[in-house]
Amino acid sequence: MNQIKRLCCCAFPVLAAFAIPAMAQNVSTSVDAKLAILEASSKAAQSAGDNAWMLVCAALVLMMTGPGLALFYGGLVRPKNVLSTMMHSFILMAVVTVLWAVYGYSLAFGQGNPFVGGLQYLFLNGVGNAPNTDYAATIPQQTFMIYQLMFAIITPALISGAFAERMKFSAMLLFTVLWTTVVYFPMAHMVWGKGGLLNAFLGGSIPCFDFAGGTVVHITSGVSALVCALYLGKRLGFPREPMKPHNLVISVIGACLLWVGWFGFNAGSALAASGLATSAFVATHFGAAAATLGWTLAEWWRMGKPSILGAISGCVAGLVAITPASGFVRPFPAMLIGFSAGIFCFFMVTAVKSKFGYDDTLDAFGVHGAGGTLGALLTGVFATNAINEGLKDASGKLLPLGLVDGNAAQVGNQFIGVLISWALAIVGTLVILKIVDMLVGVRASKEDEIEGLDLSMHGEEAYNLES
Amino acid sequence: MKKIEAVIQPHKLDQVKEALKAIGVDGMTISEVRGHGRQKGHKEVYRGMEYDVDLLPKVKLELVIPDNRLDEITRTLVAAARTGKIGDGKVFVYDVADAIRIRNDDTGEAAL
Repeated sequence: MNQIKRLCCCAFPVLAAFAIPAMAQNVSTSVDAKLAILEASSKAAQSAGDNAWMLVCAALVLMMTGPGLALFYGGLVRPKNVLSTMMHSFILMAVVTVLWAVYGYSLAFGQGNPFVGGLQYLFLNGVGNAPNTDYAATIPQQTFMIYQLMFAIITPALISGAFAERMKFSAMLLFTVLWTTVVYFPMAHMVWGKGGLLNAFLGGSIPCFDFAGGTVVHITSGVSALVCALYLGKRLGFPREPMKPHNLVISVIGACLLWVGWFGFNAGSALAASGLATSAFVATHFGAAAATLGWTLAEWWRMGKPSILGAISGCVAGLVAITPASGFVRPFPAMLIGFSAGIFCFFMVTAVKSKFGYDDTLDAFGVHGAGGTLGALLTGVFATNAINEGLKDASGKLLPLGLVDGNAAQVGNQFIGVLISWALAIVGTLVILKIVDMLVGVRASKEDEIEGLDLSMHGEEAYNLES
Repeated sequence: MKKIEAVIQPHKLDQVKEALKAIGVDGMTISEVRGHGRQKGHKEVYRGMEYDVDLLPKVKLELVIPDNRLDEITRTLVAAARTGKIGDGKVFVYDVADAIRIRNDDTGEAAL
């Protein structure tokens, strides 16, 4: 009722202003004017809806890093390293934000070459309330900017799972600043930036489908994590000494926050409160559920008991795998993608990791690298224009997307996209680690590692229960 | 004076306490300890990493008693702590040279 009153109050003076001169002129002008008003107000209404949704999504994605990932990872380490592990996530919420404002947004989404964006948005110059119609025509560019920032924050935070419990804090900061600059911003530009090499919708020469970051976020972080784990070497005493997760309760809370936050991550990638957002939301949920069951059943069969650590790991693996596919696939293919990711990642972190013997502390590679790769490839199989109407030919006819639409070549495109992200992640991470190692040294000293990074790096302890 | 040191299953603590209280034993010190005797531990698996946990949680009771009550108290304690399975724990008995009550300098059995 209040709304109607408010509408009337607003509408009457406006209509009157147009209506009075219109009486003097001819009738058609008055109809045109009314139509213009209607058009403007319906646009404003859509913009309000989209903007509200996208701001909520931005907040949801930030929640994935802190507290989601911080809790998930924090519970899996030993009690002497829980604060340092949580700090890896939390400090990036600050560090990457500053980078993003200074040059990150511009390098990712500015007009540039196929590999990296230009500098016109340096210091957020010109990023205001007007929409950037290349990316999202109905929301302020600032909304788009802050939403994309949250992805840039969580990606390097995911890598920290591989070097937890043994990397120097100064090295970690320097590494992530360089990594975000050299690997993340260019990769985001290639896949999502206008004119990016792999951008299927905005003029890329190799059209690759990545709805919410299978390549950009999960392959880059997961593969870089493997490189970090190999470069840093095993934790002291691994695998001889027991290194049990110290608090699975907080890991479960973290995983649940990740599951919820992921709706912002995937459904928000529609960049509007649209039907596509709903499809992505549904696919995300179904993928996570099926993956939880996939990992749990595989673990029950192979290990004899179904653990909650297995269930939450499977859930995250499924969320990772469905990320590139979420805005392209129907619900049942989403479940299939999730279920296979749950089983695949289970074997990656159990059989494959122990066969090769690397110490990927929190399985950032086994879950994000492996799950992201599987998801990116399966997106090429199951993407369908029944869900995503983003590609049309000149006559407006929908183009086939994935193998299920009859476009077998897409699997090849996805494969190229995967290769490029693997290559960039491996080379970039190796070079950066070398540089950081020369400048400050990447690995904590033996004494610091034994004492625990909470005390040696940060001068504090997580659990002061007896004082 | 004797000191009884009993390592028992944690879930038996309340029963033991009640049983001892019922026969008039009103002082004891307990601590949470870990250990094992002939009892085998268990296996834990975290993402495929297997850990054999052989030191299991136990509760250690310590009480110092007059010589003449030793038999009665140990029998009560053992009966209350027993489940009949491996892992029930053990009771050790020591001679105690002296005892002093900090509050008022009582010594010997008067301090108990």
